[in-house]
Formats: sequence, structure tokens, C-alpha cells
Amino acid sequence: MSEFIMTSSNPTSIDVATGKQPGQQARPYAGRMMNHIAGVDRKDWLFRKTLWIGGLVILCLVLGILLTLVVGSIPSLRATGIRFLWGKTWNPVNEVFGALPFLTGTLLTSFLALFISIPFSLSIAIFLGEYFPPARKRNRFSHLVREAVELIAGIPSVIYGFWGLFVLVPAVRQLEMQWHILPYGVGIFTASLVLAIMIIPYASSLGREIISLVPQDLKEAAYSLGATRWEVIRHVVFPYARSGIFAGLLLSLGRALGETMAVTMVIGNTSELPTSIFSPGNTLASVIANEFTEAANRVYLSALIELGLVLFVVTTCIHLIGKTIVQRFSA
Amino acid sequence: MLVHSFKHIRHRQIRSTLIRVVIVCFTLLTLLPLLYILAYIIRRGIGAINWSFFVELPKPVGERGGGIANALTGSVLIVALATLMAVPVGLSSALYLSEHSRGKLAGFIRLCIEVLTGIPSIVVGIVAYYWLVRPMNSFSAFSGSVALAIMMLPIMIRSAEETLKRFPVHLREASLALGVPYYKTILKVLLPCSLSGVLSGIMLSIARVIGETAPLLFTAFGNPYLSFNIFHPMHSLPLLIYNYAISPYDSWHQLAWGAAWVLLMWILLLNVLTRIMIRKWSVRY
Amino acid sequence: MERPILEVKHFHAWFGDHEVVKDVNLTLYRNKVIAVMGPSGCGKTTFLRCINRMHELTPGARTEGEILLEGENIYEMSPIVLRLRVGMVFQRPNPFPHLTIYENVLAGYLLNNIPLSRTEKDAIVEDSLRKAALWNEVKDNLKKKGNFLSGGQQQRLCIARAIAMKPDILLLDEPTSALDPISTAGIEELTQELKKNYTLILVTHNMQQAARVSDETAFFYMGELVEFAPTRQIFTAPRDQRTQNYITGRFS
Repeated sequence: MSEFIMTSSNPTSIDVATGKQPGQQARPYAGRMMNHIAGVDRKDWLFRKTLWIGGLVILCLVLGILLTLVVGSIPSLRATGIRFLWGKTWNPVNEVFGALPFLTGTLLTSFLALFISIPFSLSIAIFLGEYFPPARKRNRFSHLVREAVELIAGIPSVIYGFWGLFVLVPAVRQLEMQWHILPYGVGIFTASLVLAIMIIPYASSLGREIISLVPQDLKEAAYSLGATRWEVIRHVVFPYARSGIFAGLLLSLGRALGETMAVTMVIGNTSELPTSIFSPGNTLASVIANEFTEAANRVYLSALIELGLVLFVVTTCIHLIGKTIVQRFSA
Repeated sequence: MLVHSFKHIRHRQIRSTLIRVVIVCFTLLTLLPLLYILAYIIRRGIGAINWSFFVELPKPVGERGGGIANALTGSVLIVALATLMAVPVGLSSALYLSEHSRGKLAGFIRLCIEVLTGIPSIVVGIVAYYWLVRPMNSFSAFSGSVALAIMMLPIMIRSAEETLKRFPVHLREASLALGVPYYKTILKVLLPCSLSGVLSGIMLSIARVIGETAPLLFTAFGNPYLSFNIFHPMHSLPLLIYNYAISPYDSWHQLAWGAAWVLLMWILLLNVLTRIMIRKWSVRY
Repeated sequence: MERPILEVKHFHAWFGDHEVVKDVNLTLYRNKVIAVMGPSGCGKTTFLRCINRMHELTPGARTEGEILLEGENIYEMSPIVLRLRVGMVFQRPNPFPHLTIYENVLAGYLLNNIPLSRTEKDAIVEDSLRKAALWNEVKDNLKKKGNFLSGGQQQRLCIARAIAMKPDILLLDEPTSALDPISTAGIEELTQELKKNYTLILVTHNMQQAARVSDETAFFYMGELVEFAPTRQIFTAPRDQRTQNYITGRFS
């Protein structure tokens, strides 16, 4: 009855070697494929396990880093205890180790650098996020600006230090001579200047992203009420992007705290509590860089490692807080 | 009444324009140090560049001339070794993360990658010292490479994961429906389609670490002679720049400027290559 | 009596706790186009994806019951072998963007490392592209990647890719819903040619399409196979009230 009765003959057997059925085309693989199929499940399992191991290595790496820092600090912890954190004297010869000069140095340089960089990174963020977004084709100049800012982030720290040593330090020395301060040239202030330049890209690129995410209709609502460009930025964009900008600043701060080479080369390497922003000093990172290879005995080395632990904890916390704020913002 | 409000509006408009000018000025001001630094390095560094610069070893103090051959080869070797170590771990983690976007383990791994992104480079140096230099009782290029590999991982993984995630579900299903097993689908379909993103992540991470000095300060340590032994101390460009910059000798400063120029050119080249590669090799879905 | 190509016996499928396919019993014979139609969410796509065991790739998916492909239980054979015998064409045309047209047709062989000689490859490519009515349009561009093809041509490339494996059954999951009317007509014409060599199971949300191309139609509603009969019968004298309501557009 049905016009669709199959025309081929009785199909009860399949030739496994060729996968051929009478009346059907031969499959040019059936025999060859059988060899591959047997191992597939195992290969899949092996592959998945390899991926999993890769991820596990990362976990173990970070745990290992933390553990190493803690274990390495133990001799110093036993010798000095918690007073280490506010000890004012760092005297390896007499085996007196106190972290306060470096904590002060780190915090001073980083916060000073942050304050100096804020007007610049904010300006770039608003320039690229609001006034001249590089998304539109005709904005060649803003493309250039964005590329230039990324280039700032790409220059290695040691080159910044090199340049700072030969250009900024003499300049600051001149300034200090004019203001009748001891003309070291190097010092906290010079280090903050170099740091400020280096950390601009971090706050500015995050700020730019957040600012460009401000919904167009919110801004249009303000414009339609007669607001000027600046008023829209101040009363609509900023409040909306506030937490994102703050997170960007935190990320910048995190970078500044951990920066080593540029700071080491222009800060003066003095392990004493700085008396003014023009005095030479040291940061947690710079003292480690300078003295690690000279640390002759166990407790000295361990004290340096403990400084590294403090640095690690502080930078990680700030970095993670900044990232959490960003995630909550984009969610 | 109307006149009064017009003046007020004009004030607001003037203020808005003024602030815009200020912002543009600040933006341009930011670019000044960058241009200054680049111009300064090029000016100072170009003078040092000649053939002997690349093939000779640094001469002792007082003698003119010399070159950066050991630092150049050292940099290449250390970074190459670091890449070899970082790529398998980075690629498999990136694949794991892109295949398990949810899941507790994936969440922890992502947290660890965040931590690695923010870790100060000197701390990585300390850890590599403790793990490798102390037990081996010698500074070595190998320990320097391990330190650099740790720094390369977060950049590589983040870039790779982003590319891998963009791979559409329907392409994966097309492959599976053809009888292709899971691991072959990943290796022969997912990875080739994501190649540009993965490679650019690798190249960006290389560009980042070739300039790193702090992790090498007490791992690779530096070597005044040309050496290819990875278990001995080895020199590198950033180490040379650092040591010579803080030295009091003019001839060494000159070498350091040349080395800085070479380093910058390298980084620039890598970035440009990455851009070209992304544009040419990107697979559009 | 000829042996059926596919037998489904008391088949259920779940996503977690949610039962999407309920107690389906079906027998299909060779060289026909069988349409599977029904309103959205009725389980027709899920049922289709069970036939080549793609359903179980979703975490939390579960099945119960038997599906026999030419008498063999598909759950007792390797899913890879199954997928070589049951090909699939998807809603969105999805040729592999990193392979040329030539390589795309052979993708099932290339990706599985099945060795073929050059002549075998050329023969398969030409044969499949001819059967998919695409040969004349691409024969000079085989070594190019397929991104210049239109949607309809890409879908025919996917059909060629699937039939290159010489499957017993070809599953089509709403193959024309992403295409323009002209390409749709082309694909519908193609099904009539393809059924000479293959058995096609076509899921469609467009009942006019089911009426146009299929020999037999299965109507699914809320996970159940409500009615399965020759197409003419389903559309002129359906036995079940629900089928009647669907055809007359009470719901869609």
C-alpha cells in the first residue's frame, strides 16, 4: 500500500569488516575505525585528567608560595616576634630587625604616587571613556592615546629606574638646592614621581572601561534636562562609575606597593625611618632587592623573607579587594 | 528674570568647556614623560649600537667598548626555558577553566590566578631562591626561568581562557555528532580555532617577562661570561641594565643605554607581532 | 516483512528530575522521511538527540528504555560507532571555520584519523557534494574556507559532511529555521532526493513543512508521542483530538 516499500533485499546481516549491507554503499572506514575505537574512552579519561592536573598545579603553586614565605620567616619570627612590624631599627650587624622603616617607605611612596597620579589617570579615563571614545573610527587620536597609555605599562621597571636616575634625580636635586633642603636627589619624593608615572595605566584603563559602561539612556536623561557635558559627567557618570574608579585606584596602589626596580634605583637605599618626603629611604621591595644576596646569616635572610611575606599579604589583599569590587560592578 | 538665567547658563557652559580643556591638557601631559623616556633612550642608546655591541662580552672597567652578547643570549635562553615550562601548565589550566566555567575547583583556580597576577616580582624571586637556589647551592638560569614562568602564567591563562570560551557550543556539537571523541574535539577543533588568541597570550606574557629584573636578582644572578649552561648563573638584559646603571662608570652607562634600547625594541616588536597575528589569524564564528 | 531501521521501545528521557520524553514507542523503516513535529518544549528535539546519544552529553541527563538501530541496542555500542551510523544536521549551519570546504566534507574522517587514499577522498567529496546539490557551486573553490557561502549553502555543506560518513539515518534538527525561504525550499527538495539513499528524521516546528516533505509524521505533545502515522493521514484524518487541535492551529 505504501509507496515507500524498500527495494533492497533482506537486510539481516552486516559485514563488519566493510560495514556493508546488501543494497547499501560500503563504508570506507568500518574496518579501519575499529582499531581506533578501543582506546578512545581511556584517551578521553587521560585527557580530562591532564587538564585537571594543570589546574591543580596552579593551586599548588600559590599554596606553595605562601607556605614557603611562612616557613622561611620562621627563624625571624622566633627571634623577633610580632614586634617586627613596628620595630624602628634595622641593623643587620647587631641582628636587630624592625620593619617600620620599610613599611613607612612603602606606604609613603605608594600613596604619594597614587595621589600624584590621580588627576592624570582620571583625566585619561574620562578622555577615553567619555569625550573621545576610541571605538568610533574617526577618532584616530584617541586610538593613539590609548596605545600610548598601554605602552607606558609595557616599559620595564628597570628602564624607568634608569631614566629616573639620570633625569629625575638631577632635576629633584636642583629643586632641593633651591628650597635649601639636603640635595640628595634620590629619596621618597623621587621614587613617588617615578611610581606615579608607572601606575597611571592601571587606574586609567579600568576607569575608562567602567566609564564607557555607563548606560547611554541615563546620560541622555540628564542632557534632556539641560545639563552641560561636565554636569553629566559629574552627576551621572561619576556616581555610577564610582566603585569602579575606586577599584582601579586600588589596583594602581597594589602595583605601586609591589614595584621594585624603579624604586630601588632612585630611593636612596637608607634603612632608617624617613624624616621627610625628601629624605632617602627604603621600601619593603627595595631592601629585599638590595640586601638579599648579602644576607650572611639565617636570621638576616629570614627577616628579609618575612618582609617579603608582609609585602605579599598586603599586596594580595588590596589586589583581591579591588578585583571583587570590579566583579560586583560588572555583575 | 530671563536675562539672569541666561547668564547662569553661560557660566555653566563655560565651566564645562574649561574643564574639558583641563582634562585634555592633563591627558596630553601624561604622554609627555612617555615621549621623553622613549626619546631619551633612543638618543642615548643608538650611539652604543654597532656590530661589536651585539657579539662582544662586556669589557672590564676602564676599557672602552664591549658588548652585551652574554646578556642577550642569556635573556633569550632564560625566557625560552620559562616559556617551555609555562605553556603546558598554562594551556591545560586554561582549557580546564574554559571547560568548567562553574565548579568549586575552577573557582579556586581562578582565585589563585588573581593572586598570581598581583604578586610582586621580588616575592617570586624569593620563592624561586628557596625552592631551587638553596637546594642546588648555586644560582642558575633554571631557577630564573622558573621565577619568570610563574610570572607568565596569569597573563597567558587569562588571554587563552577568554579565547577558548568564545568557541561556540554548536561547533562543538557538530564535531561530537560526527563521532569525534571529546579529546579530539578539543585538540583538533577547539584549539586550532582559538590559536590566535592562545598564541597572542603567550607572546604578551613573553613581552612582559623579558624586562623583569627583580625575579632574576637572586636566581639567575648574572654572569660576566657567555654561558649556555642552565644550571649555572646566567646574565640577562635587565640585569645588565640594572648593574651598569647604578655603577659609576660612563662606559658601562653607555652599554646600559644600548641594552635598554634593544630591550624596548624587542618588547615593541612582540606587541606589534601580536596585533598582526590577531588580525590575520583570528577565526570568526 | 522488512526489518525496521529504528525501533524505540518504552523510551523515557530526563533532564535531572524533569521528564521531557515520556514512554515513546516507535518503529521506523528505511528510505523514508519521517517528520517529528509539535509545539515548543514538547520534547521532539530531545528525542532526536537521544537517537545519536547527544542527549547524554548534558550533565544531569538520563534515559530509560531501548532504542534499536537495525536490531542493535544503541546503548550497548560505542557512541562513536553510533554517531558514524547516525548523522546529524543542526539548526544553525555549523561548518568548521578553520577547515576548507574539501576538508569540511571529510571532517568525520579527518578528525577521527581514519586513513583514506587521495582517490577515496576525492570520490567521497564529489559524491557527497553532488548528493547535497552543492557540487556545481563549489567545485572550483574546494580549497577555500567556507565563509563566503550563503546560509543555505552552508547548511548543504553540513548535510554533505554528514552523508559523507554514509550513515544509515540522518537526523535533521529544524534544519531550515535559520534560513531564508528560497534556501528552505532548496533543502526541502533535497530531502526527497536524499531519502533514496538514507532514512531521514526531521524535527520541525513548521507543520506545513512536515506536510510537504515527509512520508510519515510523528506528533509530540508534552513529551508524549501522541500519534504516528503516514503524513496524509495525520493531516486529513487524525485520530487524536490533540493532533486535531495542533493541525487546526488551536496551539502551535
